Amino acid sequence: MEQDIRLMKGNEAMAEAAIQAGIDAYFGYPITPQSEVPEYLSREMPSRGGVFLQAESEVASINMVYGAAGAGARVMTSSSSPGFSLMQEGVSYIACAQLPCLLVNVNRGGPGLGTIQPSQGDYFQATKGGGHGDYKLIVLAPSSVQEMADFVFLGFELAEKYRTPVLMLSDGAIGQMMEKVVFNHKPLPKTDKPWATTGKREGKHRSIITSLFIQPEVMEKVNIELNKKYAEITKNEVRLEEIQTEDAEYIIVAYGLSARISHKTVDLARAKGIKAGLVRPITLYPYPYDRIGELANKAKKMMTMELNAGQMMEDVRLAVNGKIPVGHYGRLGGIIPSPEEVLENFEKFIKE
Amino acid sequence: MTEEIIIAGFGGQGVLSMGQTLGYASMVEGKSVTWMPSYGPEMRGGTANCITILSDEEISSPIISVFDTGIILNQPSMDKFGPKVKKGGLIVYESTTILHASDRKDIEIYAIPAAEAANQMKNTKIANMILLGAYLERKPIVGIDSIIAALKKVLPERYHHLLELNKNALLKGQELIRSVSKN
Repeated sequence: MEQDIRLMKGNEAMAEAAIQAGIDAYFGYPITPQSEVPEYLSREMPSRGGVFLQAESEVASINMVYGAAGAGARVMTSSSSPGFSLMQEGVSYIACAQLPCLLVNVNRGGPGLGTIQPSQGDYFQATKGGGHGDYKLIVLAPSSVQEMADFVFLGFELAEKYRTPVLMLSDGAIGQMMEKVVFNHKPLPKTDKPWATTGKREGKHRSIITSLFIQPEVMEKVNIELNKKYAEITKNEVRLEEIQTEDAEYIIVAYGLSARISHKTVDLARAKGIKAGLVRPITLYPYPYDRIGELANKAKKMMTMELNAGQMMEDVRLAVNGKIPVGHYGRLGGIIPSPEEVLENFEKFIKE
Repeated sequence: MTEEIIIAGFGGQGVLSMGQTLGYASMVEGKSVTWMPSYGPEMRGGTANCITILSDEEISSPIISVFDTGIILNQPSMDKFGPKVKKGGLIVYESTTILHASDRKDIEIYAIPAAEAANQMKNTKIANMILLGAYLERKPIVGIDSIIAALKKVLPERYHHLLELNKNALLKGQELIRSVSKN
């Protein structure tokens, strides 16, 4: 059979993958730089099946996701930074009610309405709980158009396995750029959802979806149950990619677009005789603390490269636990540094 | 082989679609491709550009600051990207509208009167394909046939009557660059 290979934008690849992954519904609201997603789905879903609904706001979108997920539908939404901030209350409810769904944030520059250019300023919001209460999302960070498609499948698989919302944290550049993408994913069979509110029939127990537990003893039980699940996820689902780390003395840690840029920086550094390596966390939660800590036993220094003020650096410091110096280089406001610019600052950091 | 290209001009000149067509044709020929458009406020204000990288190997950074080739369609882009072409690199530019080309002596610069030629072909919109043809004559990184195949795939069927025109424009560009000397 001929392979299905296409040249697509990251946003389009993600939308196509969503249809191929068998979503029952998409609820969303347009915002740059992710508007290709509702554009694509509104065009394709009427003829290929599923509900496409442009809500009146992001608040409405996320609550529609909550409702549809509760009824057992495979459902997703996507937005960009300010829009994703609006969704946080609903995300917290969904996490508490333990409902599987896929959320996508195509990160743009902030704070505030900010800029439509690419950024990674939402790292804390994504990984440390953007909404209230003790909850976590599984956070996947694609760094190519191919992964924008792949992580839709992975995202739903993990969401349904753990009954938890999964967030794909992308950025404006990965969303807007075009690359080759191969669609050869295994179909995602519908999973059994006995907890879904599909109607009380004879012989079926009552399903209740709620995030309200007034009695503290009951709430604490829910908290403990959630944390057990997060411990399980932390044990099983850490994903990362390593490039030239075997003999690396100086390591860059970067995710998403920054990892692509830093990959070239590492190549440039190697060409100059610097023993450089790259660690690319693929899951931002659960974070690859253990492996980064291990690498710190041999490496001399680590630097994060992020399109923010050094948010992930805090996690690298936790992982390294004081063994070696950890620094940061990044640009803000939607500016993207070139591999050469990163190298210059990496060398400065090495000499410090 | 890796070819790093900046294509830049005004919005509406077909800058983004040139990169896409080139990318698609290269992908069909088995190469890796990244195409990174400007989508910011500058695009809404008039100028547009895309970084297109074609390679036999996997491409790391889609964002780069220096280029093997610049295909330049307006003066602001010439001023901005002229200095960013690598030593020994190439600039192919639209010379009907760009009056001040880069004066660098360490790169090859070709002036292609693409807008004028497109006018003579009675379709001002194909100046971009003329420039693409000129570029491909100098650096035959993909075949003209692959470009046409790409256009066939990228363009909706209702525009397929324009394929012939596009092919002629590509050929025109090839002819023009053979007749101009590099400066």
